[in-house]
Amino acid sequence: MVLTDIEIISKVLAGEQAVFAQLVERYRDYVFTLVLRFTDNREDAEEISQDIFVKAYRSLADFRGESKFSTWLYTIVRTSCLTFLRKKKLDTLSLDNERVFIQAENQDSGFRANQVELKSRYAMVNEAIRLLSPDDAQVITLFYKAEQSLEEIGRVMGLDPNTVKVKLHRARQRLKTKMEKNFSHEVRELQGD
Amino acid sequence: MDRQQQMEERLWDYIDGLSSTDERSLIGQLIADNREWQIKYRELLEMHEAINASELEAPSLRFTKNVMEDIARFQVAPATNSYINKNIIRGIGAFFLVMIVGFLVYLLGQMNWAGTGGGSTSNLLSQYNANVEKLNWSKLLSGTSMNIFLMVNTVLGLVLLDLYLQRKKQRGSQA
Repeated sequence: MVLTDIEIISKVLAGEQAVFAQLVERYRDYVFTLVLRFTDNREDAEEISQDIFVKAYRSLADFRGESKFSTWLYTIVRTSCLTFLRKKKLDTLSLDNERVFIQAENQDSGFRANQVELKSRYAMVNEAIRLLSPDDAQVITLFYKAEQSLEEIGRVMGLDPNTVKVKLHRARQRLKTKMEKNFSHEVRELQGD
Repeated sequence: MDRQQQMEERLWDYIDGLSSTDERSLIGQLIADNREWQIKYRELLEMHEAINASELEAPSLRFTKNVMEDIARFQVAPATNSYINKNIIRGIGAFFLVMIVGFLVYLLGQMNWAGTGGGSTSNLLSQYNANVEKLNWSKLLSGTSMNIFLMVNTVLGLVLLDLYLQRKKQRGSQA
């Protein structure tokens, strides 16, 4: 029987620690993807993700069920990632500053040109999302992958839903530009030309 | 905002299911009748579907096991609201408020409200200057009450500065 998030949490709070593994299984890809949008390094992302689940476990009693568990979990993701970036002294780079990502993009563009034919369209979209700034990537991931509404995204990011809508619109525009720039061949295929 | 951008925004709202019923039927009509809208709609819809179908990144296979090993060392902490007493927070707030109001009342009580009465502005100014010259600043500033007053104000100033910087930092990270 598949337990709901709330049921799992109740069991964990009642002392059944092992049940927490179900929550980890359910949200590990979601958390890992979001963290990867911030760090762009799989090893760091895995370490931070682990830490996030430990923090979530420890403060599980603070989850009041007023929002989705994924929404609550995202607040821990964001805080942990920002703390990590600060520790790594990367805070000098604004979250909207795409310098680093453009740099990474240029470095492996040659490699990508050879590999591009092997990529599925979904991997290509993922790759293009990785080239976005963390903020843009977060909004897209939260909206599409975490199925969060504009209101929920607004709540966790401390923004008005209309601002989130504008951010999402701009993020998709930038994603489109990235895809056209880096995967023009696939984009043409995608558009059925 | 140019026409193209406006079209894209309306189409995204349509795809995301965020437009009103009237707007939906209007856009549906535009897509059916207008080739330009049709092409753009198809383009955005394909992108929407591609993002939707893209997969999440997966961590290593040992991930869940690692997390469970980590949490085995911990206990769920009690809920924050069970050990933070709101009355204490309110008490601290009330203390500062009383201090501020108390000092204001004290200062206002010390003022000479009688004034000079009917004097011209130049008279008032010359009297003010004379009074300021007569003031014994060293005696005034060395008083215990003045020291306490300055200390409280400094603390309040620091609290306000901290709040201001925190808000600025938050706004900066959201921009």
